[in-house]
Formats: sequence, C-alpha cells, structure tokens
Amino acid sequence: MGKQINVALIGNPNTGKTSVFNALTGLNQKVGNYPGITVEKKEGICKLPRGVKAHIIDLPGTYSLNASSLDENVVIELLLNKKDKDFPDVAVVVSDVENLKRNLLLFTQIKDLEIPTILVINMADRMDYKGISLDIAYLEERLNTKIALVSTRKKEGIDVLKELITNYKEISVTPCLDTSEIDKDYFDNLRKAFPNQLLYKLWLVITQDVNFGKTERKEIEDVSSFKTKSKVDLKRLQQKETIKRYQFINDVLKVGQTIDLKSAKDLRIKLDRIITHKVWGYLIFGVILLTIFQAIYDWSSVPMDFIDSTFASLSEWTKNQLPAGAFTNLLAEGIIPGLGGIVIFIPQIAFLFLFISVLEESGYMSRVVFLMDRIMRRFGLSGKSVVPLISGTACAIPAIMATRNIESWKERLITILITPFTTCSARLPVYLIIIALVIPEGRFLGLGYQALTLMLLYLIGFGTAVISAYILNRILKIKSRTFFVVEMPNYKLPLFKNVVFTVVEKTKSFVFGAGKIILAISIILWFLASYGPNENFNNAENIVKTKLADKNITEDELQQKIASHKLEHSFIGITGRTIEPLIRPLGYDWKIGIAIVSSFAAREVFVGTLATIYSVGSDQEETIKNRMAGEINPILGGPLFNFASGISLLLFYAFAMQCMSTLAIVKRETNSWKWPVLQLAIMSSFAYIVALIAYQFLK
Amino acid sequence: MQYTIAHLKRGERGIITNVSSKSIPLKLLEMGCLPGNIVELVQVAPFQDPMYLNINGSHLAIRKETAIHIQIEKING
Repeated sequence: MGKQINVALIGNPNTGKTSVFNALTGLNQKVGNYPGITVEKKEGICKLPRGVKAHIIDLPGTYSLNASSLDENVVIELLLNKKDKDFPDVAVVVSDVENLKRNLLLFTQIKDLEIPTILVINMADRMDYKGISLDIAYLEERLNTKIALVSTRKKEGIDVLKELITNYKEISVTPCLDTSEIDKDYFDNLRKAFPNQLLYKLWLVITQDVNFGKTERKEIEDVSSFKTKSKVDLKRLQQKETIKRYQFINDVLKVGQTIDLKSAKDLRIKLDRIITHKVWGYLIFGVILLTIFQAIYDWSSVPMDFIDSTFASLSEWTKNQLPAGAFTNLLAEGIIPGLGGIVIFIPQIAFLFLFISVLEESGYMSRVVFLMDRIMRRFGLSGKSVVPLISGTACAIPAIMATRNIESWKERLITILITPFTTCSARLPVYLIIIALVIPEGRFLGLGYQALTLMLLYLIGFGTAVISAYILNRILKIKSRTFFVVEMPNYKLPLFKNVVFTVVEKTKSFVFGAGKIILAISIILWFLASYGPNENFNNAENIVKTKLADKNITEDELQQKIASHKLEHSFIGITGRTIEPLIRPLGYDWKIGIAIVSSFAAREVFVGTLATIYSVGSDQEETIKNRMAGEINPILGGPLFNFASGISLLLFYAFAMQCMSTLAIVKRETNSWKWPVLQLAIMSSFAYIVALIAYQFLK
Repeated sequence: MQYTIAHLKRGERGIITNVSSKSIPLKLLEMGCLPGNIVELVQVAPFQDPMYLNINGSHLAIRKETAIHIQIEKING
C-alpha cells in the first residue's frame, strides 16, 4: 500500500460540496467529531487511477478563511497547521458555476497559503440554462491552477477530478495575490519579526485571533507578541484585503467568463415571489408543517408498532429459550426492552431527517428562516431557531444539534435552552394514557375533549418555549454580535443519494449516541428493580404466601402479588417511598414517583415502569389502563388517577426536563455543565410548582 | 438625503456607494456586499424586515438593522 494522498474538500455552503464528496467516496465514508468540539468531521477514502488512494475530508462550508463560527474555524485551523495528520497535500475548492465570483474569494485565499489547489466548478450542467460560458484555459492560467468542470447531477467530470488529484504534484503553488500590498509597512515589519514563516499564514493567524478570540495552537507560531495595530485597524485591513481580492477576481472573470443575460433564466426569483410572499409564504409553510406532522405521527406508527411487538416477543423468546437466571433476566427485562426503547424511535427520527434534509437540500429552509426571522426576534430568537423548534416535536436531541448555524451565540443559547419545552414524541405515550384515564370522552364543538387536551398540550409546550425565550432574552446578559445573514440558494431538486446519506447517518448517530445512555439507564433500572437490600425482598414469596394463606386466590394473582411485594421492597421501591412525601402534594403515590424518577432517562419509560409496577403481565394498553384506573389513593381513598392528579401529571410532563440524553447534548453543545444544570433545575422546579398548584386547586 | 438599502422598495435597484465598516460584518462583504456592486430588493418580509437582496448575483437576506448601514445610490427604472 502506497502513501495516501490527503485531500481537503473546501467550499462555500450550497455549492454541492457534499455531493462531490459523495461522488468521490461513495459509501467509503465515516462521520465523527473533531476532537473536543462537536463539529462533524466527514472523511472518506477515494480510489484513484493507477492504484493510488486518497483520504478525503469534507470540511464545513465557509465563505472565506475569516471564521465566524466553530464550524468555519475548523477549516482555518487545519489549513494553518502543517503538522496536523490531515493537513492536505492538495486542496479541492468546490465552487458553484452561478456564483463563481463569490466562490473564488475563498479559492484565492487558500491559493495564497501556497497549498496546491484544484478548482472544481460544480453544477456545470446549468451553464447553458444560465447563459454562462467560461474560458477554462484562460482561467487556469490566471488562477495558476487546474480546473475540473463537474456535474454531480449528471455524473460528469468526477474522473477528470480524480486524475487531477492523482497528479497533484504538477499543480503550481504560486499565490494569486500579494496581500502585503494592502499595507506595505505593516507587512514588512511582520516579515522581519517572523522571517521563516509564510507571510499570508501569519496574517491569517493574527486576524483569526481578532475574529475568533485567541485559539490555542500548539504547532503554529505564536504571533500574539506582534501587536502593532489595533483591532479596528486590523478589521479595516481585512476589508481592504477582501476588496483587493474581488478586484483581482473581477479582473480575471472579465475575460474568463461571459454571461449572456438574454438566455439566462431565473426560476428562483419567480418562485420566491410566491414562496416568500407575505401571505402565500406563510400559508405554504403551514401546509408543509401539517404534512410533516401527519407523516411523523401517522406513517411512522406502522413500523413503530412492528418494532414494539418484535422486541416484546424477542424478550419473551429469550426468557423461554435461555436457562433461567440473573443473566437471562438482565437480557430479557433490562437490555432487550432498553434496546427496543431506542430502536422504536428510528422511524420517527428517520422521517424527520428525511423531511428536514429535503427541505434543506431544496433550498426551502432558507425561505422559512427569512419568513420567520422578524416574528422570532421579538422573543430573542432568530429566524434560524425555527428549524430546531420544528425538529423538537420529534426529538430535542437532533433539534439542539440543528442550532449550530445560528450566528449569534445569545440567540443560539436561548434556542438550545427552550427547545426541550416543545412536545417531543417521547411525551406522547405519557399524554395518551393519562388523557385516556382522566379526560371524559364527550365532545365540544364537534371536537373530542381528549383530542382537544392533546392539542392544548402541544400549544402549552410551544407557548412556554416562546415565553421562556422572551424572559431569557431579558435576563441573559450576553454580548454577542447579532448580525444575521442568510443565503437564499437556488431551488434544487434534492439528490436522492444525498438525502439517503443524511438520513442514514443522522439516524445512526442517534442510535449509537443517545442509545448508549438509554441502554445504560435501562440496565441500572432493571438492576434496582430486581434486587433489594433485605429479607423483605429476598423472602417475598414466603411473606406474601403467609399473608394470603387464608384467602382464596388463583396462582396468577398470587404471582402478581409477589412481584408487586418484591418491587415495593427492591432498591427502587425503597427509593420511591423515600421520595413519596415530596410528591404527595402533587397527588401522586410512590409508584408514580418511581415512574417519574425512572423516566428521567427518557419520558416514555413512565408507561413501561408503571406497567411493571402494577405487575401487569401483558403490555396491552387496555390492561395497563384498567390497572391504573383501579388504583386507589392510599390516603384520600378514591381513584389515584383522577382529574386533579391526571392534570397535575400532564403538566408535570409538559414542563419537566425529563430527559438525560437531552442534558448530555446540551452539555456538549454549550461546552459547559452550567446550562444543562440550570435547565434541569429551572424546568423541573417549574414543573413541580405548576403541578402542585394544579392539583391543590383541582382536588 | 442619503439612501441606504433600507430605503429600497420591492423591485428597486441601487449601486452600493459606501459600506460602514464598523457595523457591517466582514462576512457580508465577502458575500459580495461591496461598493460598486448593484443591489436589488427582491422581497421583504412583513414590516420590511428582513430584506431579501440580490447583490451582483448573490442572493441573501439581511435584517433591516444591517441594511441601514449600507449606503446606495438609487437607479431609476
């Protein structure tokens, strides 16, 4: 095996960079994280002609080498660090033929770092449509590079690109511009201070510290000692540099590119007259939202039911096939249901990502951001917060990850903090069973009370999110630049391959990421519920038998009583009774208490826990429901689940931060324990207070 | 009176004359918002904010608070 060629794919957002990556690597790709930060790192292997292989990194999209976000910063850090194992032998800059001018800005910057750079002009199939013609030979000469005209849609030009990568050593490393011309004195001094370094690289390191705060660099020269200009002056110089680069690019394109405006068609403007219209725009958005909800709840219920029953029978089968013992129990009652609890969300997560990736690939998401920005800003959010809030109705985890493209840290943080209020799919099982128990079946204006209650809960979730955003916006004293720029890309038919890759990859990262935590919790829970500290637990069978000796009961009922007695004296039962005084004012008993504690791992665990606690053999909803309906309040008498305690529970679940995985993600995304801890404390105490008031008022 | 992008009406165009360097992020310049370039207001959201612009073929939306810092000269017709 020869040496692999390290290739970095770089480009503006919306240039089809990921399509080029997919075309080069096919399925030979993996997604991970850059060490220490949560920016996604996509890499893959590409087979080149003559048995050569290339290791390809798909770097985050950026408009220039002047980073303003974590994602963009990754690009610069890599290009500045020659000792990084991923430092590219050759950079491939992917550009969009329709935005060549803007795309070349980034190209010239990378070129000036004296890294061999290939220029890919993507979406070449649209040249005729847009009336664009290019003088490739001229462009190659002026830009000192090799150009590949590529169309990933028509699968053209990829072989040319592969050939160019193979022969990367032939590519000139002559820079495009001499940046030092923007301020000769300053750059002369800089050269004298660090004579062994590339001048443009030094300049980028200096401006990077200005733009992005001081980042730690082990392998790059420390330039912090070189302070001959103020921040404001440096910023002005950066602007001067940008203007100078554009002058060069304009100069090159004047000869190298001709655009025949007469034959150019612009579908985008025509479509946007309707799609971003003051009235039609919102209507269209509403219809799309409804369709997504419908799909997530309706279409995914079939595979979800299937997964549910499959895991139930798998659990049953394991119990029957393996010899009885602690290991079998752990497998059948802990691990398999735990895994089921993860797998059951795959259909919803996959559907959600399918829609989001189609909306994003097609370019529609930017229009939603445009339409919603003004409204959201009133609450301290950004138009870009809409995407997480929509995703949050499926699951807060991917939703919080989707906040990354919000430029302002304050707006992003508020979005992260409020997203868990939206009614995620894990709340649904809890809502459904309690509503069925305590809300009468009557109708109001043709709508069932039960359906209305559910709808109200969704509205409460969304309303609380927005109101908390408003409050947080007032309280949080964070200064962050609040500029807002969103590109309105051309409408595109989503590429099937890209959509599938996104769905598979996001679903996988959900299953393995969040899955690990859910699995661990379910094992712990099983252990705590299956073992007890004293005689009362270990001798449960004898104790119950003695107690019920004179009563005439069936074997089944006896087994249930024993199980129930065991649970009461297991570790988890003891815990439940310890916390009982705390939750009694809300109208709950210790069993509900345990269900609440265990559902801290994931909300839907609530129903499952109650099912176990009420020692129900089968897990049909009807049976659990009847059991729950039959529970008697130990102190007040009467049904435990009545209107007051039911509403109290519903409200508790609407507000409480009952999700470990979300907290873990918030920790990762905010890079501090402060925010998840605050989130947990505030949300859960608010939930407690509201539930308390509701119960005391209604009882 | 000094016109800025915020003064444009839908469909109107102007030439960027001056970009206030303090209040405009570098990113906007990199996206093509530079003196000499032609800007067209494609669409506005309710309350004229944000504004959807076409600057020399770059289609982007910015908030009004940013738009008032980009001076233009109106082009008639």
